[in-house]
Amino acid sequence: MTDRYTLSESGVASLLDALAKAGRRVLGPKKIAERIEIAEIKTAAELAKEGQSTVSAKGTVFPKVERLLKYRFEGGKNVALEDVEPNARPTVLFGVRPCEARAFHALDVVFNWDYKDKFFNQRLANTTVVAITCTKADESCFCTSVGSRPDDPAGSDILLSPLKSGGYVAEVLTDKGKALVALAKAAFQPLTGAAEVVPAATVAPAFDAKLLERKLAGKFDSPVWLEQSLRCLGCGACAFVCPTCVCFDIQDEADTRQGQRLRAWDSCGMRLFTLHASGHNPRDKQSQRWRQRIYHKFAYYPDRFQTLGCVGCGKCSRACPVDMNLKQHLVEAAQ
Amino acid sequence: MEELRKKASELLAGGAVKVVIGYGKGTGENRRPIFVRAAERAGDLAVDAGCTQNLATYLTKAEVRAMGRMAIVAIPSTLRSILQLAAERQIREEQVLALAVLDGQLRELATFAAVEETVATIPDAISAADRAMIDKLATMSVSERRNFWADELGRCVKCYACRSSCPMCYCERCTMDCNRPQWIPVASHAIGNLEYHMVRAMHLAGRCVECGTCGAACPVGIPVHLLTFYAEESVRRQFGQKGGGSAKLDYAMSTFKPDDKEEFIR
Repeated sequence: MTDRYTLSESGVASLLDALAKAGRRVLGPKKIAERIEIAEIKTAAELAKEGQSTVSAKGTVFPKVERLLKYRFEGGKNVALEDVEPNARPTVLFGVRPCEARAFHALDVVFNWDYKDKFFNQRLANTTVVAITCTKADESCFCTSVGSRPDDPAGSDILLSPLKSGGYVAEVLTDKGKALVALAKAAFQPLTGAAEVVPAATVAPAFDAKLLERKLAGKFDSPVWLEQSLRCLGCGACAFVCPTCVCFDIQDEADTRQGQRLRAWDSCGMRLFTLHASGHNPRDKQSQRWRQRIYHKFAYYPDRFQTLGCVGCGKCSRACPVDMNLKQHLVEAAQ
Repeated sequence: MEELRKKASELLAGGAVKVVIGYGKGTGENRRPIFVRAAERAGDLAVDAGCTQNLATYLTKAEVRAMGRMAIVAIPSTLRSILQLAAERQIREEQVLALAVLDGQLRELATFAAVEETVATIPDAISAADRAMIDKLATMSVSERRNFWADELGRCVKCYACRSSCPMCYCERCTMDCNRPQWIPVASHAIGNLEYHMVRAMHLAGRCVECGTCGAACPVGIPVHLLTFYAEESVRRQFGQKGGGSAKLDYAMSTFKPDDKEEFIR
């Protein structure tokens, strides 16, 4: 059973104060210049309550660069290895969209597939997610086509629904959520009477993900991938703003005395991603790489993890320099 | 716009070109690149103020070239890119037909000479905002400038959208992708980002056609085009050479001339 409270606008302010006092880092969508970034939130006024951030909140648990270990050459064949601990600061992701919250599951299934990734797991364990129901959506949104909705509680520790009269209804969904309420008890008032919430955004379903998965089974050699990807430039903008793209590259940076091993975001859209040491590249053409992106999220993920590798946030479509609209492409692929 | 559609339709119907690279309807009010290969689809072509991406990037894309002779809907920077690509021997005259749309007028430019003539009549078109920013950067102290770029490049995720969208970044194998040895750090940390953007700007010095497509492509809004604009203008000042002005040139950065100014040697 979930606990429901009201959280007034002033309650948000006192919650943020309480979190700062408790040493929590608070990150959330914040309008900076023309963009919304996931950035440190110090006051309630800084929070962008509507609209999608350009880059997802994924970096909180899977940063764009992360050091995995250090080493030192100690003469001869001796190498001293040094483990490093993840810099997993206690963090509250505050006011993100429900699709961002839901996306953590798609990362989780990979980072805990066989090897249990210490870095991801410690960061996730130290992150509490407070999402706000979407009251606005745009033409790139398609959460309702991938089994979600603008007020989806999945992945959130607390879900806030804006009230018509200001403030929010707060649904506390997990123990992490309860712990957060305990830090600022006065901010959360018991819900009394009928609370009139702002209706969630309407996102019309565009395609059937199950049908898409079945269609993909017979479309590997279809000309549709070349057709769709003709304008694709092969950059990594879509993957790097995506909340579920999980691919990374391991890089050593070293000199003659010491070095470090880094994990950095990578993208299947890039030519180098699959280039073999022999010079052979199994995905030599952009159409093959575009197909991989679609199949990974909508065929291989459901097959292997019984979940989709996409939450329908539309960030990729908005970030694409050549307007590769994923929703439109999936509608076409599902035909 | 009707004139363009009619011309595209004729060219495709008569087989004069196999594809028209142009702009079409995108998400919402956006324009996006489209590749029209049949006369009856010529109606998909659009030209308006939303058509700002430099489509010359596609002239070197293998999948597009494989179609055959290409017509390209060209804004001024596209024309300059055609000349620079020609000067760098990346396209041949018979491969491309420019459909220039200038002040609402359609001009069919079938030869590089015709493109050169047209380009010579078009004034430089750096936006007032970009000009003001370049001037402002020039007046900053070194540390102010360093802080400005450290802040801007701090957002870089190394998606390489700037490189991928640039008509002059046509290399099959980029220095960034070279990993034996690894010249530039792959990771998107401060040094990795800085080295990447410095190398990119240097590689475009004297070759940049100042279209600004790289800056527009950046998903996180870094004005990366200012770096290449600045490098381009430095070469122009030193050597009097401008990217995208001629289909034949001795590239300033690789050609020595006895009367070169050498003010940069200090």
